Amino acid sequence: MTTAEIEGLLRDLAPQVLGTLVRRHGGFDTCEDAVQEALLAAAVQWPRDGVPANPRGWLVTVASRRLIELFRSEAARRRREETVAVQEPPDPDPAPAVDDTLTLLMLCCHPSLTQVSQVALTLRAVGGLTTAEIARALLVPEATVAQRISRAKQRIKADGAEFRLPPDAERAERVAAVLRVLYLIFNEGYTASSGAALQRVELSTEAIRLARQLHERLPDDGEVTGLLALMLLTDARRPARTRPDGGLVPLAEQDRGLWDTAAIAEGIALVTGALASTAIGPYQLQAAIAAVHDEATRAGDTDWQQILTLYDLLAGIAPGPMITLNRVVAYAMVHGPRAGLDRLAEAEDDPALAGHYRLAAVRAHLLDLAGDRAAARQQYALAARRTLSLPERRYLESRA
Amino acid sequence: MKYLVLIYGNPMSRGIWERLTEEQRAAGLQAYTELTESLAASGELIVTEALADPSAGKRVTVQDGKAMTTDGPFAEVKEHLAGFYLVDCDSVERAVEVASRVPEAEFGMVEVRPVLSLSDLGSL
Repeated sequence: MTTAEIEGLLRDLAPQVLGTLVRRHGGFDTCEDAVQEALLAAAVQWPRDGVPANPRGWLVTVASRRLIELFRSEAARRRREETVAVQEPPDPDPAPAVDDTLTLLMLCCHPSLTQVSQVALTLRAVGGLTTAEIARALLVPEATVAQRISRAKQRIKADGAEFRLPPDAERAERVAAVLRVLYLIFNEGYTASSGAALQRVELSTEAIRLARQLHERLPDDGEVTGLLALMLLTDARRPARTRPDGGLVPLAEQDRGLWDTAAIAEGIALVTGALASTAIGPYQLQAAIAAVHDEATRAGDTDWQQILTLYDLLAGIAPGPMITLNRVVAYAMVHGPRAGLDRLAEAEDDPALAGHYRLAAVRAHLLDLAGDRAAARQQYALAARRTLSLPERRYLESRA
Repeated sequence: MKYLVLIYGNPMSRGIWERLTEEQRAAGLQAYTELTESLAASGELIVTEALADPSAGKRVTVQDGKAMTTDGPFAEVKEHLAGFYLVDCDSVERAVEVASRVPEAEFGMVEVRPVLSLSDLGSL
């Protein structure tokens, strides 16, 4: 096995090993530390000595030993003179796993945690990433990530959150929280233009991996399927989305030959199946919109009427300022830029949109299409000043 | 989202600080310590520094590939950067809450600026 394959294996096993330990011994926070140490030990030993015959059993054994040491030193700290009955070392070859990934995901995205903590804890406990890898990926110092994880674990402990699936009544809400965190991780991803990017875990890829795991556990949840499809259909365009210098290429100008056709086919199959068989939801509709874009071999072939219909549905079930704006773009592509600009003027009444850079960016685009280059440039410059994304600012400046 | 909380100083704020009693200054410094500790504990702090007086600053100009420096303080500058917190938090509301705990906020000398993200998604 190559080092990369070993890393992949370790990360797939991480949530299973953690689940086994928590069910046997309790104490999510200490178990998580023990598993992290076992993963680090494996990352050193396996490439050198070979992968053990039962990798999962090896990790469980090593993590359990470490856990007992942690329990011992903790107990020793607490009351040195007291004799502590230490738990027996576990069976080195554990029984086939009950699948714990879903339970872990829901625990890591517990509503009592802040979003940044949910992201860090999910990447470590479920994703099997080290604190250092998470820090590099999120562009924050390692100490910050370590503190987020330790704080989140304390919080879970203090809240008495248990390692079991939430009751059915809470299930939908808790799955929704997991989906939000995975989407957040996906959107944190970016295409770095520097060589240092090779050292980074690609967060978009990681989010897809986690969404795939969630989908395997909840194959009948249409929104889980929808999110996975949305990620695949968006990520499929990644090779065409940036120029070698890091500059953004808008959808209409991308070289569609660079798109990942396998990811597109998978995404389309997923969203088509979900729309046909499950309750409709916002992620499925966004995936459907992405699918319509991806199906067009040339930008000019895009079925904007269908996209407009999908945005109408989306605005009906999950209205929001960004949906309003994107709908205006689709409306303009169907009815012409001037009609779109009229709709945009109406949309501006929404206080969430007034002064938002996206409003200026859309206006600039529509003015461009309408042939009013001077006004378009002014709006592009306005949008460039207001955006909070560096690649986007560069793109908008280039249009101004 | 990352935000930079900028803390400014000017002759007025400096004057106020110099007229404070020992206890008042201690309380001000204590407020900083508590803010820093709580941000570190919550995992929101990336870095914080207090800057030396502007008189210790140097302005750098490169001409014909040669760097030249001018020593501070610079008379035309009314306000100077006195320190900063770089934080990573869930919302701009939270960043404003952080900024409001900086003692200088009483004088309107604290500013919150979003840091540009490198994400190229959610766009176009």
